[in-house]
Amino acid sequence: MAKRVDATNVTAYYGGFKAIEDINLTVEPKTVTALIGPSGCGKSTFLRSINRMHEVLPGARVEGSLTIDGQNIYDRDVDVTAVRRTIGMVFQRPNPFPTMSIFDNVVAGLRLNGVKRKSVLAETAEKALRSANLWDEVKDRLAKPGAGLSGGQQQRLCIARTIAVEPQVVLMDEPCSALDPISTLAIEDLMFQLKDKFTIIIVTHNMQQAARVSDRTAFFSIEKTGDPGRLIEYDNTQKIFSNPAQKKTEDYITGRFG
Amino acid sequence: MTTTLTSHRSRPPAQPSTLKAKRLPAYASPAIAVAALLVAAALVLGTGVGGPVLVVVVGALLYLAGLFAAATRVEGRRSARDRAWSALIHSAFVLAVLPLASVVWTLVSKGVERLDGNFFGTSMNNIGARDPQGGAYHAIVGTLQQVGIATLITVPLGILCAIYIVEYGRGRFAFTIRFFVDVMTGIPSIVSGLFILAFWVLIVSPVFNDGRPGFSGFAAALALAVLMLPTVVRSTEEMLRLVPAPLREGAYALGVAKWKTILRVVLPTALPGIVTGVMLAVARAAGETAPVLLVAGGGAAINFNPFENNQSSLALYVYQQAGDASKYAPARAWTAALTLVALVLILTIAAKLLARRNRLSR
Ligand SMILES: Nc1ncnc2c1ncn2[C@@H]1O[C@H](COP(=O)(O)OP(=O)(O)OP(=O)(O)O)[C@@H](O)[C@H]1O
Ligand SMILES: [Mg+2]
Repeated sequence: MAKRVDATNVTAYYGGFKAIEDINLTVEPKTVTALIGPSGCGKSTFLRSINRMHEVLPGARVEGSLTIDGQNIYDRDVDVTAVRRTIGMVFQRPNPFPTMSIFDNVVAGLRLNGVKRKSVLAETAEKALRSANLWDEVKDRLAKPGAGLSGGQQQRLCIARTIAVEPQVVLMDEPCSALDPISTLAIEDLMFQLKDKFTIIIVTHNMQQAARVSDRTAFFSIEKTGDPGRLIEYDNTQKIFSNPAQKKTEDYITGRFG
Repeated sequence: MTTTLTSHRSRPPAQPSTLKAKRLPAYASPAIAVAALLVAAALVLGTGVGGPVLVVVVGALLYLAGLFAAATRVEGRRSARDRAWSALIHSAFVLAVLPLASVVWTLVSKGVERLDGNFFGTSMNNIGARDPQGGAYHAIVGTLQQVGIATLITVPLGILCAIYIVEYGRGRFAFTIRFFVDVMTGIPSIVSGLFILAFWVLIVSPVFNDGRPGFSGFAAALALAVLMLPTVVRSTEEMLRLVPAPLREGAYALGVAKWKTILRVVLPTALPGIVTGVMLAVARAAGETAPVLLVAGGGAAINFNPFENNQSSLALYVYQQAGDASKYAPARAWTAALTLVALVLILTIAAKLLARRNRLSR
């Protein structure tokens, strides 16, 4: 199920502005990889180029190659929607569809891709909500609007929505930054469980979180504003947090950055 | 002691020692209002320069001044300014609502006279100047058919056009379309009527019509559609732009194709606003007289076929009855006007209810 992600010389632009340059990195299946680094160093940009969400913005483009189990997702004959179904994404702010109920939100990915069988939808919804640790909280109000949940519940709803389409890689861009410590813990627990099935790549500003949840950590940084972001160091999380090879990494982790 | 006090003058004001402040008593405002009105009445009617309207205007001004003065003395400048502004805003609101209330009142009071079964059940066919009977059945049929057809044409076209502009349009072509939609917003209804008269009635329809010009309800619907289109496009465009980008991205990230995202996520989210825009356009079209007169020609008899022969409409009926010499005509005009307003109101409410049913109840 889970797949290996291989980035080779990935460079991404916003119009004429080069946001990241020559990122080379391999993510092993069924691991959690954390992307850390100062604000503006291109973590989100890199993450969004992994499932071709970067090109949604006008003028944005990606160079280099990104392969999923050897298949380059930027090849010309690749179907973007298939890529995004294989590589799901959870955003920083929970974004449930406001016109849909909790149930409809969870099965949106299936339904909008043509699955109609009621029994399949109901089964998938329950499974996804259980995996997202949300089932017990919402099982009696599945027909209520998704926007009526608390922020943490909404974020777990978005995670359920993402895993309902059974992707092989799940990207998360600061999924806990709008959440309280308890919801954060719930989502971190969730990542441990999801690791059995999915490859997870998470952007976080929280060092403890990176240290807690990830197997490997990638540190991104920029020289100065206006320069493209680069990958400075990529290693086992333990190594990065105990004995980083690069001075920059150590400065950032110990809070002496800038 | 004195020195410290004076040196504090130039600095920011010290923290107030208490949070309580003196307030004008609750009866002050109405009392000032009554006093102002009395003084104004004495001034205006005493000198004989004007009537009751001037009394109200002078009274309002006196009230504002008096309230400001009293509040300044008791509560201080800041609170007085606050009171003056809120009084101004309230009077602006009253000024805006007064004409509206007056219109509704006039319509209802004059319109009830002919609010009977005969009015809604008969046309003006064979009704002479001395007949108190006669109704607007044909006009109601005409309005419903013309506005209905115009809406059927405009809504899909307008929404698709707005979707193109917002979601797909890049560069010069989209810019040009936007520009022309803007220009169309300013087209006077008579020009749209003339356009359809020249283009459709006199050139295109004679081809299907043995060479005779085809005045019809459908031609009127076309003219109304020209008027409605820019309103629908612009309002839909604004509503689509209001749909947050993260929602679209949320759908894309699930592997949903772009067109399906627009259809199933973006449009439903924007629906209530789109409905409001469409109803604005419908209300405008239902009230148009000139294009209907030009290309549907009016007529006194019931004509259920919008594609052939003359049709009337409620707005046109009001116009014709208001100018008619018969002493029974004005009452018909008022009732028709009331009917038109009620029709638009009912349609608007129904559309909003429908749009709300589609959303989830919170
Ligand atoms: N839509 C955009 N248009 C133009 N430039 C952008 C856009 N989004 C991001 N950038 C620029 O690209 C660079 C990388 O941005 P990115 O959002 O990837 O940073 P980040 O590491 O995720 O930062 P943060 O930790 O604050 O989320 C920044 O210099 C940013 O200004
Ligand atoms: Mg970011």
